[in-house]
Amino acid sequence: MNGPFRLFRHTFRSSGLALFFCVLGAVALITTTPGAATGATAKDNYRTYCAQCHGVNGAGGGVNTESMNVQPRDHTDAEGMSAISDAQLRKAISEGGLAVSKSVLMPPWRSTFSDKELDALVEHLRVLCKCSG
Amino acid sequence: MTGGRTARAGLATVVFTVGLSMVLLLAGSTWAAPVSDGMAILKSRCFTCHAIKGPAATTLKSFSARKGPDLFYAGVKYNEEWLIKWLARPEPIRPAGFRYFKNTVVTDGADDAVDWDALKAHVALTEAEAESVAAALMTFRTYEEKIKKNALTEAPADAFMGEMNFDKFSGCLACHEIEPGYGGVTGPEVYTTGERLQPDFVYSYLKDPQSFDPKSFMPNKELGENFLQVLTKYMLSLEAPEPEDEEEGDD
Ligand code: HEC
Ligand code: HEC
Ligand code: HEC
Repeated sequence: MNGPFRLFRHTFRSSGLALFFCVLGAVALITTTPGAATGATAKDNYRTYCAQCHGVNGAGGGVNTESMNVQPRDHTDAEGMSAISDAQLRKAISEGGLAVSKSVLMPPWRSTFSDKELDALVEHLRVLCKCSG
Repeated sequence: MTGGRTARAGLATVVFTVGLSMVLLLAGSTWAAPVSDGMAILKSRCFTCHAIKGPAATTLKSFSARKGPDLFYAGVKYNEEWLIKWLARPEPIRPAGFRYFKNTVVTDGADDAVDWDALKAHVALTEAEAESVAAALMTFRTYEEKIKKNALTEAPADAFMGEMNFDKFSGCLACHEIEPGYGGVTGPEVYTTGERLQPDFVYSYLKDPQSFDPKSFMPNKELGENFLQVLTKYMLSLEAPEPEDEEEGDD
C-alpha cells in the first residue's frame, strides 16, 4: 500500500498537478458511465427486443408471429394506440400482457430494462403511432 | 551391517518414487493433452466469434456486436457428449440465426421475414479436434455458484401439461420451436434441450436469464416454482425427430 502511494506522491510532487489529474480522472469516469455515453436508445431497444414479435417497423408482423395464436399489437395504428393510456402501456411493457388483462404472449420486461429505459419505450411507442394517450 | 540395509532400502525407495512419478506424469499428460489442444483451437479459431472469458455484455452495443453465443460458462451449460457430436457435425440451433435482427428483412406486406440465404453454416471440426475442444470447454465453469444443484423434484415430466404450459400458460412457443418448423424462430430450438443442456442449468436460466446474460432477448417470465419444474422437465423430455421419420411423413 505504502510503496505505490509514495511513488505517486513522488511523481506528482506538485499538488497542482495532482489535482489536475484527479479532475481529469473524474471527467473520464463520468463520460464512460453507462447511460451517458453508451446507453441504448429506445429505438435500439425496440429493434432488438420488441421487433421479434412487433416487427422492425412496429406494424405487428415480427418474424415470430407465424405460430402465435394472438397477434402482437400494431404499434403504428394511431386509433388503437390512442385508446391506451401511457400508464397502461408502461404497465404492459413492464409487467407483461397478463397484468393488463391481455395475452401472456406479451412478456414482462422489467428484468431487462431500467425504469428510465421503460419510460423511454413508452415515449417511443408514441412516436411510432404518431398519437398520444 | 544396519547401515548397508538402510542404504539399500533407501535406494529402493528412490527408485520406487521416481518410477511412480514417471507413471503419474505420463498418465497426467495423456489426460491433459486434449484440454490444452482444445484450448489452443479455441484461442486461435473460435475467439473471434465467441467470448471464452467473461463477463457477459452489459450494454446493448457490446451485446449486439457479439457474433456467437458466450462460451465462458460452457462447462456448466452443455453436455460434453453433445458438444463432441455437434462440433463435428454442427446444425442450426436458432432458426433465425444467432442475431435474428441481422437476418431480418421487411417484406412488401409490412411483415418481417427471415432471409434464409443470409444464414451461414458453422465451422466443423474433425472428431479428434471436437473431443479436445469439448474437454477444454468443460473446464469453463464461471457461474457455477449461480446454478441450483439438483434443482428438479422427483415428479416425472407430464407431456400434455408441459406442452399446455409452454404454449398457452407461459407463452414460450412465441420464441422457441418445440419441433422443427413449429414455434418462434428467435430463440434456440427446445426439442434438443435434453441432449444439449445440463438440467440444473436449464432450471436456473429459466428462473433468471439476465443473471447469465444481462442483455439477453429472452425476457424473465417471472415463473413460480411449479411452472419452473413443469417447463424444465417438459423441455428435457423432448426429442428431436429422427430424419427417417420426416421422410416417411412426406410420402
Ligand atoms: C413474444 C412476442 C412479443 C414480444 C417480444 C413483445 N411483445 Fe408486445 N405484445 C405481444 C402480443 C402478442 C401482444 C398483444 C396482446 C393482446 O392483444 O392480448 C402485445 C401487446 C403489446 C402492447 C399493448 C398492450 C395493450 O394494453 O394492448 C404493448 C404496449 C406492447 N406489446 C409493447 C411491447 C414492447 C415495448 C416490447 C419490447 C420491449 C414488446 N411489446 C415485445 C407480443 C410481444
Ligand atoms: C463466424 C463466427 C463463428 C466462429 C469462427 C465460430 N463460431 Fe461457434 N457459433 C457461432 C454462431 C453464430 C453460433 C450459433 C449457431 C446457432 O444458433 O445456430 C455458434 C454456436 C456454437 C456452439 C453452440 C452453442 C450454442 O449455445 O449455440 C458451440 C459449442 C460453438 N459455436 C463452438 C465453436 C468453436 C469450438 C469454434 C472454433 C472451432 C467456433 N464455435 C467458431 C459463430 C461462430
Ligand atoms: C421473446 C422471446 C422469448 C420468449 C418469450 C422466451 N424465450 Fe427462451 N430464449 C429466448 C432467446 C433469444 C434465448 C437464447 C439466448 C441466447 O442466444 O443465448 C432463449 C433461451 C432459452 C433457454 C436456454 C436454452 C439455450 O439453448 O441456451 C431456455 C431453456 C429457454 N429459453 C426457455 C424458455 C421458456 C420455458 C420460456 C417460457 C416461459 C421462454 N424461453 C420464453 C427467447 C425467448
